[in-house]
Amino acid sequence: MEKKKATIVLFSGDMDRALAAFNISVAAASLGMEVEVFFTFWGLGLLASRPYRLDKGSPLQRMLGLLSPGTPRRARLSRLNMAGIGKRAMLALMGKYRMPSLEELMGTAKSLGVRFVACTTTMALMGLEEQDLPAADGFAGAASYVARASESRLNLFI
Amino acid sequence: MKPDQVLDCVGLYCPMPIARTAQKMEEMEEGQVLKVIADDPGIKEDMPAWCRKTGHELISMEEKEGEIHIMVRKAKSG
Repeated sequence: MEKKKATIVLFSGDMDRALAAFNISVAAASLGMEVEVFFTFWGLGLLASRPYRLDKGSPLQRMLGLLSPGTPRRARLSRLNMAGIGKRAMLALMGKYRMPSLEELMGTAKSLGVRFVACTTTMALMGLEEQDLPAADGFAGAASYVARASESRLNLFI
Repeated sequence: MKPDQVLDCVGLYCPMPIARTAQKMEEMEEGQVLKVIADDPGIKEDMPAWCRKTGHELISMEEKEGEIHIMVRKAKSG
């Protein structure tokens, strides 16, 4: 029997929204679904292992890199971030209740076979290359997403 | 009934108990029974839903002093 598919577009790079995306990814994979997450726009930085490179790209891309969080650990809260104070409070609460951090949840998703796909258009826009996104399993465009989404039982844009 | 394996998920929240259960089941043989102990109330709806979707058999579920004890039998594949 072919596995049912779930597809998520992760447009946001915010910690809280990404937590929701990977929470659902982990649950869907646990239910036996074949899950793919398309990282696009602000979500793309979550595939990076370090903040954006500042040693290449156009001046505008470098400025964008400097101002973007990049990497799951540096992701901000979509609300009440308050220059990181709110985020730290949230992390403390999550730790108290033994809830996994974004990095841990992404690791769990990976170990359950969730596939991470990077949007190549955003990569060009942000001046990122494949080696800058070590967490990515694949690199594709909107046509791949639409093709897969049309075969999916579950399809989310976060 | 004596389970073949026991999985302690006390203190873990959604989706971790279900994720751990799914991972544990992978290691087990068909027909074997897994006992899951959890305290996130969400598991009372999530475990039946997981069983429904994966085909594993929910044998029993009971609440004891804030902990939920669940017995699941691994389904035959295919």
